[in-house]
Amino acid sequence: MRLLLLYSTVLRGGFRRYATYRVATAAGVFTNTVFGFILAYTFQALWSERPQLGGYDEAQALTFVWIGQAMLATVALMGGGFEEEFQQRIRTGDVAVDLYRPIDLQLWWLASDLGRACFHLLGRGVAPMAVGAFAFDLALPSEPSVWAAFGVSVLLAVLVSFAVRYLFALCAFWLLDSNGVSTLSTLLGVFFSGMLLPLTVFPGSFGEAVQQLPWAAMLQVPADVLLGAREGGDVAAGWGFQLGWAAVLFAAGRAVQALAVRRVVVQGG
Amino acid sequence: MVEAIRRRAAVFLWGVRAYGFIAGMWVRSTLAYRTSFLIMATGNLLTTFLDFVGIMIMFSHVEMLGGFTLAEVAFLYGTSSTAFGLADLFLGTFDRIGTRIRDGTLDTLLVRPVPVLAQVAADRFALRRLGRVAQGGAVLVWSLLQLDIEWTAGRVLLTAAMLVSGGVIFGCVFVLGGAFQFWAQDASEVQNAFTYGGTTLLQYPPTLFAKDLVRGVVFVVPLAFVNWLPALHVLGREDPLGLPGWVDLASPAVALVCCALAGLAWRRGLRAYRSTGS
Repeated sequence: MRLLLLYSTVLRGGFRRYATYRVATAAGVFTNTVFGFILAYTFQALWSERPQLGGYDEAQALTFVWIGQAMLATVALMGGGFEEEFQQRIRTGDVAVDLYRPIDLQLWWLASDLGRACFHLLGRGVAPMAVGAFAFDLALPSEPSVWAAFGVSVLLAVLVSFAVRYLFALCAFWLLDSNGVSTLSTLLGVFFSGMLLPLTVFPGSFGEAVQQLPWAAMLQVPADVLLGAREGGDVAAGWGFQLGWAAVLFAAGRAVQALAVRRVVVQGG
Repeated sequence: MVEAIRRRAAVFLWGVRAYGFIAGMWVRSTLAYRTSFLIMATGNLLTTFLDFVGIMIMFSHVEMLGGFTLAEVAFLYGTSSTAFGLADLFLGTFDRIGTRIRDGTLDTLLVRPVPVLAQVAADRFALRRLGRVAQGGAVLVWSLLQLDIEWTAGRVLLTAAMLVSGGVIFGCVFVLGGAFQFWAQDASEVQNAFTYGGTTLLQYPPTLFAKDLVRGVVFVVPLAFVNWLPALHVLGREDPLGLPGWVDLASPAVALVCCALAGLAWRRGLRAYRSTGS
């Protein structure tokens, strides 16, 4: 019980920490909106040549773009989450202090990252989506139940995203200079999540394979839930897919962390 | 007058040399973890190709995008990516200046006898960013093999000038973004809209976008001079705005004007810097 209270305090702290930097939030919204416009125009050109590409009509494809921009910061696809600080603490050796604390390292960072994600969903998700809906004809659902299902899916997406970033961040124990890993993680995330192009547009068996990867759980699945491309049982299947990856990757994160803590000499003097 | 110019030139050359020293130091420090560097450089090179794979997937569904073939889009992609890659290699860590201004560590740079611009630019110089230049260059070479362009001396020169001035224009955007941080402090992400956003925009044909957007990147943020206008000239295409022909050749001049503006903005920014109190 006390632990739960502790983690919820950390979560609130994460939320407030990101809420403090209002200019940064406005800057992020601006960038997301610019990217939204660029992608929306290219998608418009693509879908006007090939209507129904990837199973979406043009309005759905444009909505996909803006869902992507709205969720970009929430699922930290281009970085900007807890991982930078965590990697820094590993590099400087401060992580040794964290390991002494009577809390679970992974859950601590998860709580803080969930707080950040909550703020980013509100602070950086709503505005680009509103601009997108104003500038283009979007296919946004009117039923509250779909939005609720989308909300659950976004939460699960954040869990998967956290677990992936935690694994990448742990590389810092071995590599020390972890900027390269972050770039790698970003590039993989942008491509395999569907941020660049919906995964349903990817050709053939490659297209089917990428939809089974954990990155698909970060954007493709929630977007499909909101677009109505997943309905009824498919929504539950999508949740299951996200939850499955979250569980596997969390376990992997714990295993790697155990290995790192046992084998690696902590830096610092 | 002559004396003043000579002094300026000496400061500039010293700045370039100092940049070399600092960048060299960071390279040596990276190479201390050689395996890590090699893994990362290869990994980054391979994954930057994913970006172009996205465009190839688009073209697996359509023959033309906005009236442009894959080879033509690849030419746009290659020129934009190479120019951006060059700027990113030399000035890519410029966005860290926001953090330095916030926590006051810029003070350290101010007391060193080296131009602050050179120090900020060389800070955490990352050799692995060569990956993006290599990737852009590879796509560019591939597009040149595919395209059927009649290569005159003028076109070769124009393409080379396009890459250099494009790199300079993107570099100016980095510096302008950095200068903006002196006032905004934590708005480094605005810069991403123009750098990463800019390079993404320029990878696609201008015919895809609304005319007002194209006008914006010609007259307001002159990114169209990075590759759009000269590339359309090389490809032998009309630009959607119907601008006069000499505009296609204006990239180097635009790059110089950008440098002057970025330099002024940087100086004003640096003068406005107040260290932190706590």
